[in-house]
Amino acid sequence: MSSRSPVGLRAGAVAGLTLAAIAFFAVAGFTGRTAKAGARDARADNLDYASPLEVMLSADGAQLYVLCQQAGEIRVLDAASYAVIKSIAVGRVPRGFSLSPKGDRLFVTNTWDDTLSVIDTAKLEVVATWPVGAEPSSVVEDRAGKHLFVANRISSDIAVLDAQTGAEEKRLLGGRGASYLTLSPDGTRLYSTHIYPNPSPLRTGLENRTAPESEITVIDPARAVVLDRMPLHAIAGVFHLTFSADGRLGVVAQYHPKNMIPLAHLEHGGAFADTLTLFGADVGKPVEAPLDELERYAAQPFGVAISADKSRLYVTCGGSEMVTVIDVPKLLSFVRTHPRPQSGSFAQDLSASSNYVIARINVGRNPRGVTFSRDGRRLFVANRLDDTLSVIDTRTNRVASTIELAGPKTVSVLRHGEQTFYTARQSFQGQIGCATCHIDSTFDGLTWDLEPDGFGVDIVDNKMLEGVKDTEPYKWNGGNPNLPTECGPRTEKYFWRSENYNSLTLADLTVYVREMPTRPNRWKLAGSELTPAQERGKALFERQVDKFGKPIAEYNRCSFCHSGPKGTNQKIVDVGTKKASDRSGMLKSAQLTNVALTAPYLHDGSARTLEEIWTVYNPEDKHGRTNDLTKDELNDLIEYLRTR
Amino acid sequence: MKNFVGKGICTVGLLLVTATVALGASAPAASVKPAPKAQPASTQALPRFRFENFTTANGLPDNHVFTVLVDGDRVWAGTENGLALYENHAWKVYNTKDGLAHRAVLSLALDKHTGDVWAGTMAGLSRISGGRIDTYTQLNSGLSNDVVYGVSIEGENVWVATAAGGCRLNLRSGQWTLYNERNTPMAEIWVYAVSAAPTKVYYGVWGSGVLEYDQKTGRWDKYDDPDGENEMVLFKDQGLIHEIVTSVSFVDNILWAATYFGDSRYDGRYWHNFLTKDSGLPSNFTNTVKGVDANRAWFGTDKGLAYYDGANWAVYRPSLTDGKPEMTVRDAQGRVTPIAVTTAPAHNYVLGIDFQGDDIWVATAKGLSHGIRQNK
Repeated sequence: MSSRSPVGLRAGAVAGLTLAAIAFFAVAGFTGRTAKAGARDARADNLDYASPLEVMLSADGAQLYVLCQQAGEIRVLDAASYAVIKSIAVGRVPRGFSLSPKGDRLFVTNTWDDTLSVIDTAKLEVVATWPVGAEPSSVVEDRAGKHLFVANRISSDIAVLDAQTGAEEKRLLGGRGASYLTLSPDGTRLYSTHIYPNPSPLRTGLENRTAPESEITVIDPARAVVLDRMPLHAIAGVFHLTFSADGRLGVVAQYHPKNMIPLAHLEHGGAFADTLTLFGADVGKPVEAPLDELERYAAQPFGVAISADKSRLYVTCGGSEMVTVIDVPKLLSFVRTHPRPQSGSFAQDLSASSNYVIARINVGRNPRGVTFSRDGRRLFVANRLDDTLSVIDTRTNRVASTIELAGPKTVSVLRHGEQTFYTARQSFQGQIGCATCHIDSTFDGLTWDLEPDGFGVDIVDNKMLEGVKDTEPYKWNGGNPNLPTECGPRTEKYFWRSENYNSLTLADLTVYVREMPTRPNRWKLAGSELTPAQERGKALFERQVDKFGKPIAEYNRCSFCHSGPKGTNQKIVDVGTKKASDRSGMLKSAQLTNVALTAPYLHDGSARTLEEIWTVYNPEDKHGRTNDLTKDELNDLIEYLRTR
Repeated sequence: MKNFVGKGICTVGLLLVTATVALGASAPAASVKPAPKAQPASTQALPRFRFENFTTANGLPDNHVFTVLVDGDRVWAGTENGLALYENHAWKVYNTKDGLAHRAVLSLALDKHTGDVWAGTMAGLSRISGGRIDTYTQLNSGLSNDVVYGVSIEGENVWVATAAGGCRLNLRSGQWTLYNERNTPMAEIWVYAVSAAPTKVYYGVWGSGVLEYDQKTGRWDKYDDPDGENEMVLFKDQGLIHEIVTSVSFVDNILWAATYFGDSRYDGRYWHNFLTKDSGLPSNFTNTVKGVDANRAWFGTDKGLAYYDGANWAVYRPSLTDGKPEMTVRDAQGRVTPIAVTTAPAHNYVLGIDFQGDDIWVATAKGLSHGIRQNK
């Protein structure tokens, strides 16, 4: 395990920067100016970390491939000596990779470029770069070498490509935020998971508040069609999936949010359960098994690996900064012998994991991808936020060594802020971190009932954080004047229920949130050109006169409240969306950055789509003058909004 | 599934020849596939079926079946009370509790690339994919209207016919494009049917004829009844038979159009119309037409199911007088001959047709019928 503390590793140069930040904090006294000072420092301090996200062995087991997200590289290491063989530059922000069945090609998805890098594993060179869908996150080639399957997170689909040419043949409907793909051991089935819950299909009378529903999408790779969708009830955030070598046990890592009850009982495990869904012949009907125990949570489960002899299951827990080790026979015995709840879930049973969790191994910061050495004696864990690989001895379940990847050896302000964002150590019993709800620094697609407003009062939609810089005040009701308040006292008191951040940590966290980069907008054409529909929508967005020639009051124009580059004038307004459960209808004008990605909409997530904001929740034209628009015109307006 | 009549009956260029002579044209229509050599038409080769009928008595959720869709061994039936899937000799029913937009399913289309099924209902458009149902309505999406009469898939586009115009959903971009009186020659916006192909898209509009969209140029064209809204035909084969178009089917570059006052075939240059008085059509009141190829088509009328092979006609129905199974054939000379049969479609009021190899499935007002081909 890495023993470094974030502050302890700071080099002198960074220490100076930090002191400056502290000094500024003392002067600024937790005002908005604090964050601005931090941002300035952070830009100078934006070091090129490796950020290993995934790790994989070459076909012959001799090399270790490490996907380094921030560096935009695949690092190739000798699997025995861990010496660096080569670093191969790929696209921006790579997220997933896999080998062809023969092992001669390594495919890498580049999420910010919407491309796939094809690496010749003999030459260790990129030999092709193919365009794919929006935010490709995972890739798998079928056994026949006919098709490549690519999970696209933004378009929520699985693209089917010709494996030789990269030509896209079709796209299959995935779960929302389709992200991770796994081929069954016999190659006859492909499984896809997704990180956001699927849209709720039916109205419930509770303003669309329903327990989240996710799925495992089951694909026939030979025919390239969806065969089935395995439902995952009350799950939002599904990550890696793996199988035992005999194919009889499938395991997937996932979050089980408890957002349908007030977020008031962190001390009772009332926020999230960190769980696995088990499926396959070994368990019959799918069953959910928790990883948490009463005093120790396994926050943000992500990577999963089952030993070849099916004796052990390893789960990386990014927020808890550890690897959970499960005795597979005990796990199977538990789910077979304990009376199974009707829901098929043991998630509410905090005593369950003691039946099968046999070790919790502390590793580095934000452990993610995991893989075995060829002989199964070592387990490699990619620690994304400290640029290391932990090597676990699978016989002792201890960290045998730590591989330091090349890169900055200091912890920058941004880096420390990101570590703070992802860790769950700050919260009571280590249950959650910022990234538990803001998955991969985005959002979770859920609405929550936060305690400070009162039970059942002021239901709020979880917002995306990209581009929040300079959009204060924060919270839907604008109740927090700046990010230090939002991230500090509010979060500490109502979410963590544990100790406060020290001022340094809070400053760094704030800087990280402020500087969070905004993903490319996928609806924009190159340059500033707009499609005809977007142009028409822009004119409607900016209009000052309605279709009957009557002037539209300034406060009732789209472009007034949603002004500026972020699409907010930062004012508190009433747009007529107050619900019976809301204390007030006064809300901060929401920013529009990448608004197409962030459904549901409105402060309480009651609008499932952009259209519903106006077709359902704007009967009196308080949320802009829109009721004079035809359906075509509303469609045009939405086409324009998607470019923001 | 064209092998239904793949053994073919003469596809006669008779229609072409007739039209060409009549209009004094010398060149065949550029858009028409070269017609095979005319062969002697034989009424013996007209398809004969043993019909097996499904009703609520054997698993169908409702006897009012608006539409039917074949996907390999699976058969989907859009009924007034849910979407039914027949697979492995059993019915599975999807309804609003499963996320279906509405219990009344009016239209169905298969995305042959992905296997997804699209269902147009009385309250929105649903996509059924691997058992999951996603629904688009006029409130939660860019869909022009919730009453979805027709749907057709072409490439990455879903083309939709609704009670307030047509629209297109691009599955890649998520963009909806609406087609109505503001941006097309559509005089009425009650759009009843759509048939999309890579080259052309046709909308059948209640009271506004047929609209043609050229995929390459993005231009619209419109075909009207030359006699306006009169229920008369001044000149035979002058144009579309009537303005009230209920169904369109574009296959092999030939448009088949059904109306409540007869049916039409259009090859890009010439029209040929079908009326009871001069064809084997059992009724001019036609709910649906489905082309097999450039010369053959099936018609669903209020007085039975009809097949046209380019020269001969066959009609399948319970007798209009005594309800007994009935099949009649009409040869190219107009001679009508009864054929002894023991089964018939469930009802005369035919609303939907699809093919399964040599078999046919027929949606009727009183059940779904599976016609099992006997004379292969």
